[in-house]
Amino acid sequence: MSEITPDLVRHLASLSRILVTDEEVEQLAGELSVIVDSVAVVTKAVSGDVAATSHPIPMANVYREDVILPSLTQEQALSAAPDSADGRFKVNAILDED
Amino acid sequence: MTDLTAASAASLASLFASKQASSVEITTAFLDRMEKLNAKTNSYLHINRENSLEQASNADKQLADGKPLSALHGVPIAVKDNLTTTDAPTTSGSKILEGWIPQYDATVVAKIRQAGMPILGKTNLDEFAMGSSTEFSAYGPSRNPWDLERIPGGSGGGSSSAVSGHLAPLALGSDTGGSIRFPAAVTGSVGAKPTYGAVSRYGLIALASSLDQIGPVTNDVMDAALLQDVIAGHDPRDSTSLPNSLGSMAKAVAEADVKGLRIGIVKQLSSDGFQEGVKERFEDTVEKLTAAGATVVEVDCPSFEYAVAAYYLILPAEASSNLAKFDSVRFGMRVMPEGNPTIERVMAATREHGFGPEVKRRIILGTYALSSGYYDAYYGSAQKVRTLIQQDLAKAFGVADVLLTPTAPTTAFKIGEKINDPLAMYLNDIATIPANLAGVPGMSVPNGLAKEDGLPSGVQILAPAMQDAQMYRVASIIEKLYVNEWGAPLISQVPNLEVL
Repeated sequence: MSEITPDLVRHLASLSRILVTDEEVEQLAGELSVIVDSVAVVTKAVSGDVAATSHPIPMANVYREDVILPSLTQEQALSAAPDSADGRFKVNAILDED
Repeated sequence: MTDLTAASAASLASLFASKQASSVEITTAFLDRMEKLNAKTNSYLHINRENSLEQASNADKQLADGKPLSALHGVPIAVKDNLTTTDAPTTSGSKILEGWIPQYDATVVAKIRQAGMPILGKTNLDEFAMGSSTEFSAYGPSRNPWDLERIPGGSGGGSSSAVSGHLAPLALGSDTGGSIRFPAAVTGSVGAKPTYGAVSRYGLIALASSLDQIGPVTNDVMDAALLQDVIAGHDPRDSTSLPNSLGSMAKAVAEADVKGLRIGIVKQLSSDGFQEGVKERFEDTVEKLTAAGATVVEVDCPSFEYAVAAYYLILPAEASSNLAKFDSVRFGMRVMPEGNPTIERVMAATREHGFGPEVKRRIILGTYALSSGYYDAYYGSAQKVRTLIQQDLAKAFGVADVLLTPTAPTTAFKIGEKINDPLAMYLNDIATIPANLAGVPGMSVPNGLAKEDGLPSGVQILAPAMQDAQMYRVASIIEKLYVNEWGAPLISQVPNLEVL
């Protein structure tokens, strides 16, 4: 049986920067336990030395010419921002005051 | 003039080129139908009337001026809403992006503009393409024109219902584990996922970057080939884009020949877990091909058994990382909790509010799969399964030119039927996932109506990587065998949406 406890869900949600209610935590713990139990079969699929594939079509050293191409203006880049000031993205404080 | 909205894209292109119908006329015919019937299918999240008519008028002008024309010039197209468009909002089916107008076009969007194809609108999808029914769209499910109580597949159910309901002659989709092919199968349309890297992913809102691929959704094989020819090609903006052209798919379709064709039937995907009528249709397809001169071998792909499990580790892992960009800073929604919250609390509140249940489930699952202590066992093993699947396929393609499977285990299910069972929902993609894990091309072609429910069924064709042309050849052969039997493509049997 899998080990997806409500506390683990709270921790993972916090790492994922998603607020979750107690009700959601309970529901997710149940659902994720079922899913993890099912996908855990992969641990039995592989025996011995098998290389990992991270990318289906192997490619290495993909280069392009180092030339300057047209890009977004500052105004365009900021046009969809929820908030901006002085030509920059504006956000709340990073550190708590207390 | 007969009904323009019932014509294939290829025939619309020739009506346009021969000046029998202008692009404005064709585009207007579709816009009128969309405005009348989209309330029934919810295929479109945004109808792009003004801009598409302007693009159509440009296409007409190019024709009048004798400018060079693309093979689909003047033919309007629907675009899945996870592809960025500078002239239409792009939501990816999520509240977090509601109202966002991107600052740049996806490469495929730039290519269809270049090809003189007006953009009719943006089609519905499961939020960030996570799902196989469109029930996870934040804007409500799309409905299947064959039966409005049923799902049109997903994630690209907006595109599949638009094309099969004749609300677009053709559409763009994206396929991460079957999101083009499954919707095509359950709506009686054609859908192709090209070889990974054949089509640029620049401007596709990424779900799982190592699996995602953009491709055509159409009503016949030639239309799919023509559209793949328009959108394929190297793009320096996508470092996974293939450096070489795979050739013309339209040419492959035109010269299809069954002589000497070797077909592989995957032992693991031919019996257990498939609906009776779907199995019966599949056997019928194999019989037809055999009668036409193809030879059939059974191939063994034992690692396919682990494909769904590996997929539901790799996909959430990549998605949890890709979706970190929705942080309320540069674009999209921002939700402000009370007081004077830190940015971290703003992000968490925004993502709580902006993401739906399936997206949260997969981000949290992915975060788990990548966390230390589990990484090697889960994500690491899943990546090794990917290697095993490639090895199984390499062996199978040693004795067969293409592999055939039923595209989906069932026909279209009812809206609501699987919504509370994530695991049951994940199994819809059991036959389509291996192609994404291995990077090979896969395509679904209609092979009739299942006997027990009268709903469309599809056959999937898998070819070796880079051999998309081979896949299109076989798709064309299968289509011809059925058109000979039915007198017209399956889509001609779709119910009349106006009276549904």
